[in-house]
Amino acid sequence: MQHEIIIAGFGGQGVLSMGKILAYAGLIEGKEVAWFPSYGPEQRGGTANVTVIIGEERISSPILNEFDIAIILNQPSLEKFEPTVKIGGTLIYDGYGIQQAPVRNDIHIYEIDAMNTANDEGISKAFNMLVLGGLLKIAPIVSIESILSGLKKSLPERHHKFLPMNEQAIKRGMSLVKKITN
Amino acid sequence: MNVCVFFQNSAINNLCAAFFHKKAFFKAILQGFSISTLLFSEKVVPLPSVTRNVLSMTEEIKLLKGNEAIALAAIRYGADGYFGYPITPQSEIMETLMEEMPWTTTGMVVLQAESEVAAINMVYGGAACGKRVMTSSSSPGISLKQEGISFMAGGELPGLIVNVMRGGPGLGTIQPSQSDYFQTVKGGGHGDYKLITLAPASVQEMADHVVLAFDLSFKYRNPAMILTDGVIGQMMEKVILPPQRARRTDDEIRKECPWAALGKPANRPPNIHSSLELDSQRMEQNNLRFQAKYRQIEANETRGEEYRCEDAEYLIVAFGSAARISQKVVDMARAKGMKIGLFRPITLYPFPVRELYSYVGKIKKILCLELNAGQMIEDVKLAVECRIPTIHYGRLGGIIPTPQEVLDKVEKLQTEQQ
Amino acid sequence: MTTVTETTVYQKPRLMNDNPMHYCPGCSHGVVHKLLAEVIDEMGLAEKTIGIAPVGCAVFAYNYLDIDWIEAAHGRAPAVATAAKRLNPDKMVFTYQGDGDLAAIGTAETIHACNRGENIVIVFINNAIYGMTGGQMAPTTLLDMKTSTCPYGRNIALNGYPLKITELLAHLKGTCLVARETVHTAAAIKRSKKLLQRAFANAMAGKGTSIIEIVSTCASGWKMTPDEANQWMVANMLPFYPTGIIKDETTNS
Repeated sequence: MQHEIIIAGFGGQGVLSMGKILAYAGLIEGKEVAWFPSYGPEQRGGTANVTVIIGEERISSPILNEFDIAIILNQPSLEKFEPTVKIGGTLIYDGYGIQQAPVRNDIHIYEIDAMNTANDEGISKAFNMLVLGGLLKIAPIVSIESILSGLKKSLPERHHKFLPMNEQAIKRGMSLVKKITN
Repeated sequence: MNVCVFFQNSAINNLCAAFFHKKAFFKAILQGFSISTLLFSEKVVPLPSVTRNVLSMTEEIKLLKGNEAIALAAIRYGADGYFGYPITPQSEIMETLMEEMPWTTTGMVVLQAESEVAAINMVYGGAACGKRVMTSSSSPGISLKQEGISFMAGGELPGLIVNVMRGGPGLGTIQPSQSDYFQTVKGGGHGDYKLITLAPASVQEMADHVVLAFDLSFKYRNPAMILTDGVIGQMMEKVILPPQRARRTDDEIRKECPWAALGKPANRPPNIHSSLELDSQRMEQNNLRFQAKYRQIEANETRGEEYRCEDAEYLIVAFGSAARISQKVVDMARAKGMKIGLFRPITLYPFPVRELYSYVGKIKKILCLELNAGQMIEDVKLAVECRIPTIHYGRLGGIIPTPQEVLDKVEKLQTEQQ
Repeated sequence: MTTVTETTVYQKPRLMNDNPMHYCPGCSHGVVHKLLAEVIDEMGLAEKTIGIAPVGCAVFAYNYLDIDWIEAAHGRAPAVATAAKRLNPDKMVFTYQGDGDLAAIGTAETIHACNRGENIVIVFINNAIYGMTGGQMAPTTLLDMKTSTCPYGRNIALNGYPLKITELLAHLKGTCLVARETVHTAAAIKRSKKLLQRAFANAMAGKGTSIIEIVSTCASGWKMTPDEANQWMVANMLPFYPTGIIKDETTNS
């Protein structure tokens, strides 16, 4: 099973690093992985997105026109990527900053109240971990253990003290995600 | 998976088939070979330093950006120097090198030059000393380097130039493109010269091609280019880096490169590196020598990959990132019952002419997919001597075609008249 | 019978070969080449020296001195030298450049190599004209001086001012010895040789970049006899490009 995932939001929301941690976790589990970011000035303040592909077979195109899973963190990204979710696929979005909720009824839609929770609970730095937790609850593509090992690999040694907080955030995120039915 | 990498040498062919068999591949890794050593060991001048100073025999699988892989592979290869100037989307190459500080470990020199022009001339200077030196840039910067590349070709100096292409012309865009194909394989700078050109399609190949490009450039005393783009440069994939080798000592360089300008001992004439020859008779002889070398490169060094081609009636020809997209398109079209394969040139110069010509009489139509307005298609048509109808599809200015978009074009091959 | 003892008072430097020079009669290049050959040999650097030749009249410098040479693209000698020296820190690397090469097309490379304090020597031949291409205006061409591309004389509005690049380089922290000399008299030749010796010693000691400018003549380009050219140089070039040490930060370190 190959998972083709798009993660999209504002630059600075941790979109690229969320994708990186996911890819690292796939690597640790011996899977084939590809991580392809949007790059350039749009990263700073504008929209940022990253394609992550995790599977068993050699990965062909890092450029995709449709996705199994879309993780959407702002309105422009919702408009851009909602139509690209495969029929029967999954869309997870954070309602914070979304004015027009997704409308498709041929895909599974989930909402995660990550931004408000991160702010309320004083863990704004772990916002993307909340979202990642939500994803893993719905689609256990990789194990939490692998995510934490991936995090350990991608974080410099001096930041390893934040690992327990991130683990908690992932678990918290799992409890936040809820299904929306159109 | 039906993947075949072809080479001139049948023993290498077998090794390559084995490489794409996962188990054999990982077995090879455990035995401590780098992929490139495994693939090319019979074709490349033996390098005595390979067995020395191998840091670890079982190599870790890393997750790296293509640009990072190039930087780390250069350190592992025992490169002597990198000279560069920042430009998107390849700045991670110099950034990675500066972070790694190889001058404290292998002794590799890394220098941020004042311009792309200065950087390529630093490469020229280092190469004249027999050192393994490289530079990297992206399209506008590569245009600036053309004079230096021509001087390297004219002075028969080896060296590696990496072009992580972006869309042009002019300052253009920072998004991926393949619009420097002509510039790279048809000259670029002035004079009748050729640039050995490798087109990696994965992060693993970014690392492997550093080794291959350096080896080929020293084997033929000719500059070599890795021609890639923002897709492969910026994406992260699994990669196994080549084993760490020591940089060659001056004595080793004097032995392997007797032409190196390393100071003249009393017992040999001066080593002089110059592309200047005002006597046209002699200059013609120099050119004929270059041409003979190019024919040798064309006979011995073509590399490519064929994917699901055995029973194919249609063919996509694409390199680099366009080949990655095409691979998915082939799978999608095959799922719909279309007999189609992918032919991916790995060496753009020398272009795999014979291998492509072997499809004449077997293939109904070719789609040449490029991130440009139609450049490699000219070489494809020449290779098949226009005996297979060939059409081009490409997007321009940094737009990357989606697999679905290409699939639509591929399906039309069956119905549309040429 | 009286015995005669022979004492050699002068001989051709060992590193100069027998290739006939292509330089015009009266040209300063030959003298500077000879000084370099003497300095390199006397300092025991013959097997360690890598010379970087320019584009310009001295493009064939590599034909006359028996050392290893790299012929650079026009103006790029300091970049070539930067790599040669950094990759071979124990070697002696010098560039030999004319005014067009160093102060026009290669200005960026010159300034940045000096600013990095590359441990190299730059020998700068300033004759205020492009000799090889047939006498065109150089960045150092004097005001009102006639060349084939300023046939009515260098004009400020049209061509800007003569560039005192050596003074400019003296402002850079990376340079340790910046000096200007000539080779038109025996005394000047002696002074030039001393400067070159000090410059080479600086490079080997890792003190930074040394620039030795030699104000030179171009009898052909100036359309004069060699003697007239020397006199014209003294009367016109030296008031604007005075000889002497412009910067010396090597004595105390």
